[in-house]
Amino acid sequence: MIDLTGLETRPAQTWGAVRLVPLVRPEPIRDLRLHAKIYGDEPSLVALPDRTTYTAYIPHAFVASWTDDGTPAAAYGTQLGEPLRRMGVRTRRRMARRVDRNRLRFLPLHLALEGFLALHFGGPTLAWEEWTRQALAHGLSPRIEDAYAGAQVHGLDDALHVFEFYPGQCGLLLYVGDTLASAFVVPHPEDYLALHPTLIRDLYGELIYEYALFYPARDFAALIDAAAVASLADLRAQAEQREREWAEFHDSVMAAGLLTAPKRDEVVYRLGRFALRRFLPSFERQRENHIGEMITDEAGRLAYLKTFRLSEAQSRRGYLLDRLAEHEWSMPATAAALGTDEADLGLRLARAGFGHLLRQDVLDAYRKSARRGR
Amino acid sequence: MDTYADLIACEDVLIFANAAITSTGQRELYSTGQEQRLSLDFLHQYIQGNYPDIYATALALDINDHNAAMIIRNLLRERGSGDGRLIAWRLARMSPPRVYRLFRELRRDGVNNRRTRAIIRDWLNARPNLAFDAVKYRSGVKAAVRHTHLSLPAELGDFLFAPRRRTRFDTPILETWRRAHYEKAALYELPYTVAEGFAARLGIGRAVFLERIAPQLTRLERLRLTERARREGVDTRADLAAMPLVRLASYVLSLPVAKRGPEHADALRASAVRAASPHAGTWGKVVAVLDDSFSSYGSPVKRRRPLAVALGCHYLLEALAGSYHGLWLSGRKDPLRARPAGPTLLGKRIIDALELRPDRLVIVSDGSDNAPPGLAAEVLRVWRRKLDPMGEVAVVHLNPVYDAERFDVLRLSPMVPTAGIRDVEDLPALVELAMFSQGRTGLAELRAYLADRAARR
Repeated sequence: MIDLTGLETRPAQTWGAVRLVPLVRPEPIRDLRLHAKIYGDEPSLVALPDRTTYTAYIPHAFVASWTDDGTPAAAYGTQLGEPLRRMGVRTRRRMARRVDRNRLRFLPLHLALEGFLALHFGGPTLAWEEWTRQALAHGLSPRIEDAYAGAQVHGLDDALHVFEFYPGQCGLLLYVGDTLASAFVVPHPEDYLALHPTLIRDLYGELIYEYALFYPARDFAALIDAAAVASLADLRAQAEQREREWAEFHDSVMAAGLLTAPKRDEVVYRLGRFALRRFLPSFERQRENHIGEMITDEAGRLAYLKTFRLSEAQSRRGYLLDRLAEHEWSMPATAAALGTDEADLGLRLARAGFGHLLRQDVLDAYRKSARRGR
Repeated sequence: MDTYADLIACEDVLIFANAAITSTGQRELYSTGQEQRLSLDFLHQYIQGNYPDIYATALALDINDHNAAMIIRNLLRERGSGDGRLIAWRLARMSPPRVYRLFRELRRDGVNNRRTRAIIRDWLNARPNLAFDAVKYRSGVKAAVRHTHLSLPAELGDFLFAPRRRTRFDTPILETWRRAHYEKAALYELPYTVAEGFAARLGIGRAVFLERIAPQLTRLERLRLTERARREGVDTRADLAAMPLVRLASYVLSLPVAKRGPEHADALRASAVRAASPHAGTWGKVVAVLDDSFSSYGSPVKRRRPLAVALGCHYLLEALAGSYHGLWLSGRKDPLRARPAGPTLLGKRIIDALELRPDRLVIVSDGSDNAPPGLAAEVLRVWRRKLDPMGEVAVVHLNPVYDAERFDVLRLSPMVPTAGIRDVEDLPALVELAMFSQGRTGLAELRAYLADRAARR
């Protein structure tokens, strides 16, 4: 569960298909601060502790500074990257790495995405005969997922540009075509001011890219019932009522999918009283699946959050892998659990992009039996 | 009785007036310069095609120079449309560089009828010192003269078309220009823009140049160069109180907050009192809601323009009103510390303003109400329907931003008249014009109003 206590929802601002919902923290968190470290445009290579590598376009890292005794921490100033003279490959060690006594560098979103890619990365745990030798020896490697950069999402740049900050704003929920694309929360309003532009360089799923090309989002216009108003005080009460109703509607309906999304989480690093963790969704079909990472304090209150909405195909992949792992990668057992036959499951795996894990002759047999069955 | 056609005509005309007052074809926060120009071009063609007489008389309104130049250009292209005297009157009020640009555009369009030539000739003859113009706006004068086949005094003709033919000129300014090629002392008698080029060519240091050219600066150059010159240790002695309100407000807002002092407030107040002089203190109890949300930043080419308009309105209304109260959206008390940041909380501020029970409520905002969206419209609607059906409080909305997509300035509510605004000095006239947009007065009155404005010129 994600706990949004201490963050208040304010009225949304719309631009084209994009709806931006600001979150305001009346009491900012002072002993944890974030700043961005801008990298160049070259691809990055991250060496992970399990001796695998993660390759991606990583435009920036976040650096979290914290204090152990609760005194205010200072955010390091945002730096501009040096002009790029050559195309190189950057190598980094680990997704989250301590750079100083009280400072941690981590790669936002990539931390979560790597968690998604590494899901059951080891491959079949028992050597069932359907799986190829490659799958048994090397698991799912190489595991690849695609995403769009924010700059490619139609209208997102303008929406972020004309957005009007609230005083004390510490977060933003970004909807595209009224689908939650990304949630972003930071500890302090000044961090938010500095990090708002990084949203344009973040990752967005295919779903978001497609929805941005759709119809524009409509404003939820406030409506006041004239019959209930007899004085200016009534009018003010009505106006405040509208604002509360919007916040309630948003938190309980529009953001509901996000708040209940995390099903499994894992602590990546402990920063004093805070903990950096990443989470994976349940991969249930027909519902929103968000992966992400967050920093929470000892009471579980949110200090930092960044999420990525998986597209349908991506959550399908996660779902199939989960089901297979649940049944120790046995095809008949998994198929029975899904209420289908082996051939159908095999073809579903192939369509999801995992065809290379199954032996060619097994896959051919599945295709043949599917044709005969039709 | 007005027909539907009349009502539509009335609305079209007001839309055009609003557009012509606010839009300058430059980039705004919510639309690019290209979109603004496209939208404005369409509107001009539409009005000229459907209401040619109104299109010509629009010159008499307080429309901005960009649109006035567009109208004149379109009028001169057609045979016998528009009043030549009104055109000449409007040209005389425009800044010379803009007029020369207009002449150049006429030349590029190949508009060279007898009326055009007469208008250009009369305008050039009315210039106080054509030789000075020839030095300062050399290519402009040259293009205008070449286009209309004017015969100039021999020396001026030589200066423009064959400057090397003479070894000396008898007209002092032309002779100074010739000497400035060789003599450093001479260039300080030339206009600043011309002298700047010579100074660069002769390798004169910026500080020395600014120090010595200071007496030659025009009013606006003094204001524009104030900060730059101060860094070089030179005081341009700009007379802040003599500046138009919005220009002065833009200058004050360009300063860091810590540097804005009581002398700036005094200058703004003096400028406002001068602008308000015939109506000062006659407006009764006025409350203003002034927009300082992030959208009042405008764009990099119209930096802080909407905020400057709001700041100018604050001081002008203070001078116009018997008692005045200004409410900024951010809740800031000191207008001098205004900066464009935060959301547009129009609805709640309007309730705050109405609680003060004013005679007149003026809202200066770009109308993009977003916290929550549409609340301002609802508040105004309920107020008018339920709480103040007799219209005791006169509410007017002034909008400094043209919305290219809607071909109009953004309206807050159909219950409240909206007018575009660019120069704060026109505020009383704009409030008068805005009253037409409530649909209570018809096309006949509007036509009479326009004709009256044109006749008063």
